[in-house]
Amino acid sequence: MSKNKVLLTDPLDDNNPITVQVLGICSALAITVQLKAAIVMSLSVIAVMAASNVIISILRDLIPNRIRIIVQLVVVASMVVLVDQVLRAYAYDVSKELSIFIGLIITNCIVMGRLEAFALGNGVWRSFLDGVGNAFGYAWILILVAFFRELLGSGKLLGIQAIPDFIYEMGYVDNGLMLLSPMALITVGLIIWVQRSRNRKLIEQG
Amino acid sequence: MNIRKILDTVRKPFAKGEKFEKYAPAVNAFDTFLFVPNHTTKHGAHIRDAVDLKRTMITVIIALLPALLYGIYNTGFQYYSQLGSAFTTLDAVIHGSAKIVPMIAVSYIVGLAIEFAFAIFRGHEVNEGYLVTGLLIPMIMPIDIPLWMVGLSVAFAVLIGKEAFGGTGMNILNPALTARAFAFFAYPTYMSGNKVWVSEASNVDGVSGETILGMLASGESTIPYDVSQMFYGAIPGSIAETSTLMVLIGAFILIFTGVGSWRIMLGSILGAALTGLLFNLWGANELMNFSWFNHLIVGGFAFGVVFMATDPVSAAQTTKGKWIYGILVGLFCILIRVFNPAYPEGVMLAILLMNVFAPTIDHYVIESNITKRLNRKLKSNLNVA
Repeated sequence: MSKNKVLLTDPLDDNNPITVQVLGICSALAITVQLKAAIVMSLSVIAVMAASNVIISILRDLIPNRIRIIVQLVVVASMVVLVDQVLRAYAYDVSKELSIFIGLIITNCIVMGRLEAFALGNGVWRSFLDGVGNAFGYAWILILVAFFRELLGSGKLLGIQAIPDFIYEMGYVDNGLMLLSPMALITVGLIIWVQRSRNRKLIEQG
Repeated sequence: MNIRKILDTVRKPFAKGEKFEKYAPAVNAFDTFLFVPNHTTKHGAHIRDAVDLKRTMITVIIALLPALLYGIYNTGFQYYSQLGSAFTTLDAVIHGSAKIVPMIAVSYIVGLAIEFAFAIFRGHEVNEGYLVTGLLIPMIMPIDIPLWMVGLSVAFAVLIGKEAFGGTGMNILNPALTARAFAFFAYPTYMSGNKVWVSEASNVDGVSGETILGMLASGESTIPYDVSQMFYGAIPGSIAETSTLMVLIGAFILIFTGVGSWRIMLGSILGAALTGLLFNLWGANELMNFSWFNHLIVGGFAFGVVFMATDPVSAAQTTKGKWIYGILVGLFCILIRVFNPAYPEGVMLAILLMNVFAPTIDHYVIESNITKRLNRKLKSNLNVA
């Protein structure tokens, strides 16, 4: 049981896909300007990863080793199309905003990485937990970065003004750099800095 | 009064094994600021020299003073002459000081607070690199930038530009330019345009506070300043970069004391002059038509090349590398000015770009040297055989 629990908790901190393995950075830079987009993206990735991990795990003894990458790709692509259709049906505005990035979940290194590294060699339940755990590890970093970028970059949270007017009247100005991608990279860097100074075992022995 | 004795009494509770040992770096910093440190290197080969990092930094500060003092005067001069009212030199200096002294104070307070905090937290001595950075940052800002933006830029430069890489001596980018680049991209309306270069210009209608490069970038061909004004610096611009004369005085101090590399300065001037000359021949827009010599004396080129491109930490280290680095700084500065109207001043981005490439340049210079010497050895071996 505790072994299964580790599958869920490990990717949140000690083995976080973004801050420790530095995977999935592209989408972390691209869609963290607004909190809403980041949340929808996170939910989509959670759904895709959980589903494709389960499917690959079920099929793992049937997949010929030589074509496993193609099979994984087909599974992930189908899941992504499914998520995309659901978004279009129930959250059209957001889906328009995220447009290409939902499709690009296919190329998210975390998804393929977990299929290759875990689902191909583990049982269904454990693969499900691993998928959800890694997706949450990705999600909370994404949401944290988006929180700071939207708050400091445009003074809003989820599209609602979050910094009160009197602060603007005192001379505060939104930070335009926060809206540019370099600042997403720097924000992720700061999170890594804080994480490593709290969690000493992540520091490589030189 | 004996300063040594006072310092010793102050330092007592901070000594090893005493109550405030943790905070020792903070007092030691003041101690070594006033006295030459008395500890010596105990192992290995080392150079005996009276110069240490602190003396080097203070030399740079002295070299910066002419530009700073002129900047203070010019701030007042621009303000009063744009208003069209009569004024004395003293008025101008008072107005300039009232604007600039708070900026310098904010820069030092924020920057040193972060430096001291990191020194205590990481248990090393306070590095003196910030002495120069702290003065440079306000000197390259527009006059009307709000103080909190100065503070935030300083915090960004020291935290991300320096401490994240391991502190003084480890930074990839020049910290002062990192601060300016941060402000430039974060608050573009406060860092460019025609309202920010003359103090309180936004409150006065009909002020022509645009910089020369800004005018050229927006396609104006007649410049209301002549070459001598550009050289002496009675033009709008960032606080202390307008006067090429004052920068030259600083450059002589740096070169004479050996603190700044003349190779980098000369290389940059050559690079910029040649690039400027080529564009003069092409002449497709106003900035290309702008004479190559004028390119050298307007904008922050002179200031950036003398005081920031020569930063010994972020510049190239090898002799040949310094030439390459310098020439490329000059080249990119003019390229950015000419081709990108959004960034009329190219020297900041040119230096930052070359900062990133400096280690690569050094690497190839050293590699080529190794190959050359290996070949020589092989050849002489063959001859013997």
